[in-house]
Amino acid sequence: MRTNNEPVHVQELISKKKQSKNLFLKFEKAIPIILFLIASVSVFTTIGIIYTLFSETIEFFKQVSVVEFFTGTVLKPLSQDPKFGVLPLIMGTLTSTVIAMLVAAPIGLMTAIYLSEFASERIRKTFKPLLEILAGIPTIVYGFFAFTFVTPLLKHVIPGLETTNILSPGIVMGIMIIPMIASLSEDAMSSVPNAMREGALALGATKLEVATRVVIPAAFSGIVASFVLAISRAIGETMIVTIASGSSKNFTFDLTQSMQTMTAYIVEVTGGDAPAGSTIYYSLYAVAMTLFVFTLLMNLFARYVARKFKEEY
Amino acid sequence: MKYVDAVQVQKRMNFRLIVNTIAKIIFFLSTVFGLVVLGILIYRVFSDGIGWINMDFLTGKLSTDPEKAGILGAILGTLWLMVVVAPVTMFFGVGTAIYLELYAKKGKLRSFIQTNIANLAGVPSIVYGILGMTVFVRALDMGNIVLAGGLTMSLLILPITIVASQEAIRAVPNHLGEASYGLGATKWQTIKNIILPAALPGILTGAILSLSRAIGETAPLVVIGIPALLIPFPGSIFDKFTVLPMQIYYWTLDSSLVEEYAYLASATIIILLLVLLLLNTTAIIIRNKFQKRY
Amino acid sequence: MAGAMTAIPQAEVKKRANIEVLRTLEQEKEVVFDTQNLNLWYGEKHALRDINLDIHEEEVTAIIGPSGCGKSTYLKTLNRMVELVPSVRTTGVIQYKGKSIFDKSLRVEELRTQVGMVFQKPNPFPKSIYENIAYGPKIHGIRNKMILDEIVEKSLRGAYIWDEVKDRLHDNAYGLSGGQQQRLCIARCLAIEPDVILMDEPTSALDPKSTLKVEELIRELKKDYAIVIVTHNMQQASRISDRTAFFLDGEVVEYDRTDVIFNEPTDQRTEDYINGRFG
Ligand SMILES: Nc1ncnc2c1ncn2[C@@H]1O[C@H](COP(=O)(O)OP(=O)(O)OP(=O)(O)O)[C@@H](O)[C@H]1O
Ligand SMILES: [Mg+2]
Repeated sequence: MRTNNEPVHVQELISKKKQSKNLFLKFEKAIPIILFLIASVSVFTTIGIIYTLFSETIEFFKQVSVVEFFTGTVLKPLSQDPKFGVLPLIMGTLTSTVIAMLVAAPIGLMTAIYLSEFASERIRKTFKPLLEILAGIPTIVYGFFAFTFVTPLLKHVIPGLETTNILSPGIVMGIMIIPMIASLSEDAMSSVPNAMREGALALGATKLEVATRVVIPAAFSGIVASFVLAISRAIGETMIVTIASGSSKNFTFDLTQSMQTMTAYIVEVTGGDAPAGSTIYYSLYAVAMTLFVFTLLMNLFARYVARKFKEEY
Repeated sequence: MKYVDAVQVQKRMNFRLIVNTIAKIIFFLSTVFGLVVLGILIYRVFSDGIGWINMDFLTGKLSTDPEKAGILGAILGTLWLMVVVAPVTMFFGVGTAIYLELYAKKGKLRSFIQTNIANLAGVPSIVYGILGMTVFVRALDMGNIVLAGGLTMSLLILPITIVASQEAIRAVPNHLGEASYGLGATKWQTIKNIILPAALPGILTGAILSLSRAIGETAPLVVIGIPALLIPFPGSIFDKFTVLPMQIYYWTLDSSLVEEYAYLASATIIILLLVLLLLNTTAIIIRNKFQKRY
Repeated sequence: MAGAMTAIPQAEVKKRANIEVLRTLEQEKEVVFDTQNLNLWYGEKHALRDINLDIHEEEVTAIIGPSGCGKSTYLKTLNRMVELVPSVRTTGVIQYKGKSIFDKSLRVEELRTQVGMVFQKPNPFPKSIYENIAYGPKIHGIRNKMILDEIVEKSLRGAYIWDEVKDRLHDNAYGLSGGQQQRLCIARCLAIEPDVILMDEPTSALDPKSTLKVEELIRELKKDYAIVIVTHNMQQASRISDRTAFFLDGEVVEYDRTDVIFNEPTDQRTEDYINGRFG
């Protein structure tokens, strides 16, 4: 205890401290400004991305015509007479994405239906974290898996399969995005009001009928949004296709062959230490710009659909 | 005459119930499918790789001779990368979240920043790699050192860190802040002493999960040009480095040349997965331990 | 309650009230808050209309009225907490001890140090009991451990909760019962020794026993503090308050000594409300 027995007068003590407070108040006023500057980092990131991609892409189009780039079916950056058609890469990207969606859309959707409409609370609580684990596995591990396990496995079924091919990474990419579709679609389905389900159940509908005729139509835009996001994710995926699909710039529909995606091309060019200023170097940005625009449009579309969905209830 | 024929309904009902049951089984199998693949993947990796994990592997240098190769360099590289990523992304992530949740007025500016963050979250990681290569490695002339890689990764996981921190701050009930204001506390005092401590478990959980994303990411570092060469162990954020996923990448690529590299890749994957498991468990423990009490 | 009141003959009531009025005229307490023509809008919503009210020292002023009539809004205007809502706009004058609370030279934080507030739901911080009480003094720069110890004990004693918590000062405040939490919040408010304590339905989340304890505490506190209390409980208002203001649709319908309001309201609407005929 203090030596003198005077009672403490808090308000007096407080007003004595006022002097030191003034400095603190200046600091207090500066805080919103500091925080705003911190928050603007994310805006500068976007500006940075757009600026780098854009300015270098313009350099590229000074050397290669826009028409050749977007309509050319031949990509031969290293040959004597280089050709810079982006279509082989778009072909590779779209093919792997379609394969992935063929795997992920039905399985992801059925998983979502099971978890939202059929599973007991306990099963749901065990399965959801397990799916999260699946989603948390680094893509490099999936790439390894596609290359060393799925491709050899598929070779037993399809003898003509090349060591690097578009099929195997497509399938594995599909497996990778199952959790994404499942969890986003499940969210959409779970937010369908129970009253709608009960109405149908009371008429004697089975759970399947409730799911297909009530829940899925009601959650439709949410499900669509999850598909679009998954597509965008597949388009931007890099490591699986880089490892398992190789670098042949084939413009083909043959799934057993190696095809290169836009992302894999970027990896190949940067890994090859293309000298800054060369056409190859700039082509990297033109491809990245194409990739960026693709995924951005997908994401904007997904959010537009999802927002519409929210308004429905 | 009845409109509903009971017998007919009964027959149809049996049929509908059978369809329902079959569908349920198919849906269940779909749900299990992903997990079966997960099981196979983990089993494969472990059966191939576990035999290669020993003290020499964990503490050894990289080597072209599979028998001698170790991953200490990659482990250290991953750690050094986190030394950059963790503070940078926490500082900017939490700062942005505080600004958006507690300072920014509802309006155009705020929704612009918010939309921008949502869009950034959907940008492919390889595009961040290009940004990092162009800005940090070349324009700022850092070279492919830990700092350049770390800043790139920080930008990559910034959107998810921001969103997680925003959720954590939003979950702090208003009445705690009011109590503090009511005692004459200033806004910053209230944020620092009341709101942030209450939001901290949520913020940490989110931050750890985003860090584990950064630990597993490969593409941006490939683009930045992390060398496949045998480099000395990194000793600071200004050294060249490699990380676990990069090592997996190179060994997988070369496994068609040297078969043992596939096993080394498996062994490295085991280590990577264990690190991620450790981080995620920590996040879950934090989340459960500090479950909201107010 | 209404029955009990009508049992008293009308003449008797009047006589008592008159005596009361005479007595108060002699010892009118000093005014701490003087509200003149206060108007307040939430965006377009006109929530307070031409409020005129005096809050007196060493008295309990009760504010009653149906839900949504602006009681909490008025209370939160007195310590300017209402400004946390961005759309709020006010006109009129509120003087605290003769100085306008809207004056530029007066910082809100200073005002709130002198005008404490207790909320409807007990809202201790997720910290220890000790830290809850020490929080106010600490943010105002008092760091001396011995002084803080003394303030904590004094405040907890002041809120009559010291004996219940003195052995667990460093336990988390969420381990306390609801009633104890509310008294802790009152103690937290006492720790910065305000002049006025604003209480917004402080007992509505409490059981009857804890309610009585808090009421008892309020009666003790009024010896040193001006207290403004919002309540939906008529008995509570009549038990503990000296003056009562009846709010309706953002207006003060009637404001007078509590016994006058309860026994002989001049406005029909006040009478109807007190007798539970609406609201
Ligand atoms: N933040 C706000 N924004 C807009 N309007 C508000 C806000 N807070 C209160 N109001 C409106 O102002 C009016 C007065 O609200 P207030 O909370 O003061 O009522 P009250 O008398 O305390 O009610 P109760 O007894 O239910 O607590 C109400 O019509 C309410 O809808
Ligand atoms: Mg109220």
